[in-house]
Amino acid sequence: MSEEIIKDVIVGEQEDYIINMGPQHPSTHGVLRLEVCLKGETVKYLIPHVGYIHRGIEKMCEANTYQQIIHLTDRMDYLSAHMNNEAVCMVVENAMQVKVPERVKYIRTILNELNRLASHQLWWCAFGMDLGALTSFFYGLRDREMILDIFEESFGSRLLHSFNTPGGLMHDVHPNFQNRIKEFIKYFRKKLPEYDQLLTGNVIFQNRAIGIGLMSKETAIGYGVTGPSGRGSGFSCDVRKIAPYGAYDKVQFNEILATEGDVFARYKVRMAEMWESMNILEQLVDNIPEGDFTAKMKPIIKLPAGEYFQRVETARGELAVYVVSDGNKSPYRMKFRTPNFSNLFVMNEISAGCKIADLIAISGSLDLVIPDIDR
Amino acid sequence: MNSIAKYFSDIFKGISSLWAGMRITGKYFFSPGAIVTQQYPENRATLKMEERFKGEIVMPHDANNLHACTGCGICEMNCPNGSIEILTDRVANAEGKMERVIDKHIYHLSMCTFCGLCVKTCPSDALAFGQEFEHAVFDRSKLTKVLNQPGSKIRKEAK
Repeated sequence: MSEEIIKDVIVGEQEDYIINMGPQHPSTHGVLRLEVCLKGETVKYLIPHVGYIHRGIEKMCEANTYQQIIHLTDRMDYLSAHMNNEAVCMVVENAMQVKVPERVKYIRTILNELNRLASHQLWWCAFGMDLGALTSFFYGLRDREMILDIFEESFGSRLLHSFNTPGGLMHDVHPNFQNRIKEFIKYFRKKLPEYDQLLTGNVIFQNRAIGIGLMSKETAIGYGVTGPSGRGSGFSCDVRKIAPYGAYDKVQFNEILATEGDVFARYKVRMAEMWESMNILEQLVDNIPEGDFTAKMKPIIKLPAGEYFQRVETARGELAVYVVSDGNKSPYRMKFRTPNFSNLFVMNEISAGCKIADLIAISGSLDLVIPDIDR
Repeated sequence: MNSIAKYFSDIFKGISSLWAGMRITGKYFFSPGAIVTQQYPENRATLKMEERFKGEIVMPHDANNLHACTGCGICEMNCPNGSIEILTDRVANAEGKMERVIDKHIYHLSMCTFCGLCVKTCPSDALAFGQEFEHAVFDRSKLTKVLNQPGSKIRKEAK
């Protein structure tokens, strides 16, 4: 924010026009209120107001056991529920020094990538719809349905599957699991080029995406913008590469980077990540080792007193879990560093000077999930 | 001259990109075999949920109205939302000893988040997930259910 704008905020110029975008605006995908200051149709600055669906998940964790915390993390970033689960499970496993069976690591990595695919598909649908291409919404949801069916068959629920538990999985995957994933990859490899034909090449879409919402690499690092949004600015921040967990050290994949830093770059990164996710799935799906689906854990988990930290890559960026334990069966303090919180607050920086219609494109390209911000 | 050429090339690019998108939508418009929509609720009779579907918690009873719940309270302890309440009774058994038996296994569906911890931790496998998913009711009190059927008894395993 420049000094001039700060002065405006304090003094409040007469011709400033302040409107609220949200909390019920459809394009914010949740209850987020953006206080937008306009000059004509141009955005001068915006102030995000968060906390409309604050449920106090971090505080609730202090009253729950480590097994019970898992189902709360589902409800932070509901579109990458599995990664959130895994982060908490890995904190507990590392603190207890439990050796997780290889089978669990492979299955967790497969589920991560499936969840990432489902999340990016939904993002693609909603992003297209935000920019006026309603058709993309139906086509994306059609393909996402196949992943949700795989989830439903194995875990019994489609979105919030508390399938991980400290030490392993709730139960083994369904016998059909591998076949259905192979079937899905074969199907989706044919459908993904259609996404490009439908939306990527469209001239209206390109005019609204190219050169809008420029975010430099310095801004991305400064605000801690991670995930595909940060990688669209050339910020190499893929936790799967930097600090491999699960079975990510056993697969070959590329970190997708783009250097333009505009809305279209973030779009391209996510589209390329879908291809990359399918590559990872193909490498893993046939090589799931036999073995137990869970390590032996005590029914009541008590972490040794101390501080523990773990980070994972969710579909939207870097999720970090920080636990302080005093040796009891529930944590003394639990802190989640959620990716969307950082990704939201960069909006003021990158949307200054753009038109109000571009604000929808920018917030869509950051792929915000509001419950993850408020948590 | 250059701007005029750009003007016309933009028009042709726009039309060609529109055509590329319309080809996809046209393909699906004329091939009804690709329709994936389910006609719910018309297909209610044939609609079958997955075997592991987490609908609601049920307590399976056999033909003699016997269940496996001992009333130990582990599900109540493990539930993160307090959606299970267990009321127990003390009843004299055949040898005249007082024994703890379950009176009511109360399940608040309105509070349940379907995390599956009660089903997983039950030591006697007395709980299971049902296939029901149409939970809408007009009165909130209908969402509080008693899982053990009236008159049911605990199944005594032959040792």
